[in-house]
Amino acid sequence: MHAPDGFLNAGTAVVTVALSAGTLGVAMRQVKQTVTDRMIPLAGMGAAFVFAAQMFNFPVAAGTTGHLLGGALAAILLGPHLGAIVVTIVVVVQAFLFADGGITAIGYNVLNMAVIPAYGGYAAFSLLRRVLPHNKGGMIGATGLAAWLSVLLSAAAFSIEWLFGATAPVPFSQVFAAMVGVHVLIGVGEAVISSLAVTAVLGSRPDLVHAALDSELGSAGEARVAIRTFVIGGLIATLFITAIVSQFASSDPDGLESVAGSEGFLDSGQEHTLAHSLFADYATTGVANVSMSLAIAGIAGTVTTLLVAWGIVLAVKGKPPHTGGP
Amino acid sequence: MTSSSLEVHGLHFHYPDGRQALDGVDLVVGPGQRVALLGPNGAGKTTLALCLNGVYRAEQGKILVGAVELTDETLGSVRRRVGLVFQDPNDQLFMPTVAEDVAFGPANLGLSGAELDQRVASALEGVGASGLGPRVPHHLSGGEKRLAAIATVLAMEPEIVVLDEPGSGLDPAGRRELIATLSSLDVTQIVITHDLPLALELCPRAVIMDRGRVMVDLTTTDLLRSPELLRRHRLEIPYGFVLAD
Amino acid sequence: MGVGHAHALYVHGHSPVHALAPQVKLAAIVVFVIAVAITPRQEVWAFGLYAVVALMTVALARVPALFVLSRLAAIVPFILFAVFIPFVGTGERIDFLGVLLSREGLWAAWNIIAKATLGATASIVLIATTEVTDMLRGMLALRVPAVMTSIAGFMVRYLELIISELGRMRMAMSSRGYDPRWLSQARPIATGAGALFVRSYERGERIHSAMLSRGFTGVMPTLVETRATPASWVLALAFPVVCLGMAILALVVS
Repeated sequence: MHAPDGFLNAGTAVVTVALSAGTLGVAMRQVKQTVTDRMIPLAGMGAAFVFAAQMFNFPVAAGTTGHLLGGALAAILLGPHLGAIVVTIVVVVQAFLFADGGITAIGYNVLNMAVIPAYGGYAAFSLLRRVLPHNKGGMIGATGLAAWLSVLLSAAAFSIEWLFGATAPVPFSQVFAAMVGVHVLIGVGEAVISSLAVTAVLGSRPDLVHAALDSELGSAGEARVAIRTFVIGGLIATLFITAIVSQFASSDPDGLESVAGSEGFLDSGQEHTLAHSLFADYATTGVANVSMSLAIAGIAGTVTTLLVAWGIVLAVKGKPPHTGGP
Repeated sequence: MTSSSLEVHGLHFHYPDGRQALDGVDLVVGPGQRVALLGPNGAGKTTLALCLNGVYRAEQGKILVGAVELTDETLGSVRRRVGLVFQDPNDQLFMPTVAEDVAFGPANLGLSGAELDQRVASALEGVGASGLGPRVPHHLSGGEKRLAAIATVLAMEPEIVVLDEPGSGLDPAGRRELIATLSSLDVTQIVITHDLPLALELCPRAVIMDRGRVMVDLTTTDLLRSPELLRRHRLEIPYGFVLAD
Repeated sequence: MGVGHAHALYVHGHSPVHALAPQVKLAAIVVFVIAVAITPRQEVWAFGLYAVVALMTVALARVPALFVLSRLAAIVPFILFAVFIPFVGTGERIDFLGVLLSREGLWAAWNIIAKATLGATASIVLIATTEVTDMLRGMLALRVPAVMTSIAGFMVRYLELIISELGRMRMAMSSRGYDPRWLSQARPIATGAGALFVRSYERGERIHSAMLSRGFTGVMPTLVETRATPASWVLALAFPVVCLGMAILALVVS
């Protein structure tokens, strides 16, 4: 999923760079406080581990192989901020040192393969931990499910980006269905490997599993605070997403038009706006409901944004784990 | 390089999981002395080494380097004065090139420019590895890594050098180079080793640690002449090795 | 994405491109790919120019063409997707060599193929002429935070060690008859991965101890600075800037 240059339009490339850089800035500041001078060697080894783990393919179904994304696993083992940083560095190194992923695509590649799986996976994990039994089995189950979800979030995020920055007339619904559909399967591999790996680590050095440190999950009192923030954040995110998506329902999407124009999507001599072509697609290919597609986009976008944002908030608010040890 | 004395009094240390690694260690080493630190696995030798350098902080007891006691305030200066060569040189060679690794220590001490370059050059020369500067650590042989690791420590101009199993993983030629290098170093040395012939060649004095304490302290020759002592502490002279009188 | 990743793509050589300071090359490549990315797809003439510049650079760097082609294999899945688009794409259909294809789709396919290929070629030339540690120094010179380049440096330094440990693990497993064909048999690999993480983490802790014992206080000392002459900057950026100019022209014209 290392997208090459030009796969999504320039506007998307720029926006995602800003989002990724901003999130990374937050992560760096947080990590410097808690991990201090251990960060460089730890993150370095973590990145080497994730890189190595990603290199080995596992069979998913007849003829298909998948490989580990690692964002959720890194977040659960190292904590969400350090996990996001570690996988970001892996993705950036892959682009610049191994020509895997376009340089101008770095914004959405980092967002989809590092930031969203790490924070989204971590948020999913925290949610699941509250629901599942508070024992080792619950921990492993939460890890597996969170890892699976993180892969889906990654696919959903890419599809949302396609909605805004597609350079080809393939409707969002098709892309979403294909991406998420395939990743439902790949996510199983991620879930299995992540949960087994965490089990192994818990077996020999449980103190190394960041997410197992109970200070992160908090008492009932802390949970109440997090949920309130979650709800407010959720409402804001929902309004934001709805506002953006509804732009496409209007016949005059001014914000995106200039971007669409610069990409040559606006054919000279024809009044095809981005919205029109999408809607025209639905009419001609007979996809059931325009509002259905919008609903899917809206829900997917909201869920993704909510989980990632909550993951960040949770990680920033959470008490830093003890930094002791020999 | 100046040499300092080392004094350890009543050192206690336990790991977070409860394991008592050091159970009252007492040791005095004079300036310029070379001491072999022997003992079975798990005796606490590596733990002691990490305490001497301030990486581990003992919960009880005192460490004195020269006349200076190791405290939070003196930690920085003690780290400069007590150099620690780790068991796995890979843990110590973490920079892109050997030269940068050797420069890392003195750079942290504030050196820069020509002075730094000079320090790096003389450290590499001191281990007979002047050509290793531009080399990439993970392409070096075991012996080269070992020498490079020692150079990274020597660049700090320490007054005491603690070496954790410096001979392990070396082929005979590498081992020979190592012994030659260490013999030529005019600095207090504590050599943790299982290699009795190396201990004999390098260190006139031998100290045996077991279960977190110093059990035996005598000349290396005397130790090698006491099979009972050796056996009690799980040590063994190599087959066919005969001590010259 | 496979084991091919681990092997550095540096091609040893003494070309003028090899001799350039890394920050200069990085800047030049970034300017070039930005130019490519923002060019409207219908201004085909611009892409022709970019292709010429790219090919010239490949020749100047004396990188074997076969090498570049083999590395371009990474974008093949996306090329295939692009080729597929005119068939499934929506919108007005036109007759192309007897087949009804989406007009929009054809343009989209061209857009992706052109930009992906040019971008990947630029990346490949950069990597083939710049050693890994130099690349990181170049990034540092371009104001990438030292923390990030240091972490990346450590990652690169210990990657081979970890891969060989992983390799040994797999060899040990297969020498005992383990041959995973289905995900359900992934257990030993995943457990091995967990063990590998623990070992990696513990090594990280030992490295940290080694750093502390050599006076590390949290900030990496800057040891090597790569210098680039103003002349080399001008030389390297000349063509990419021209391309950027073309891109802006193309934007204005379209």
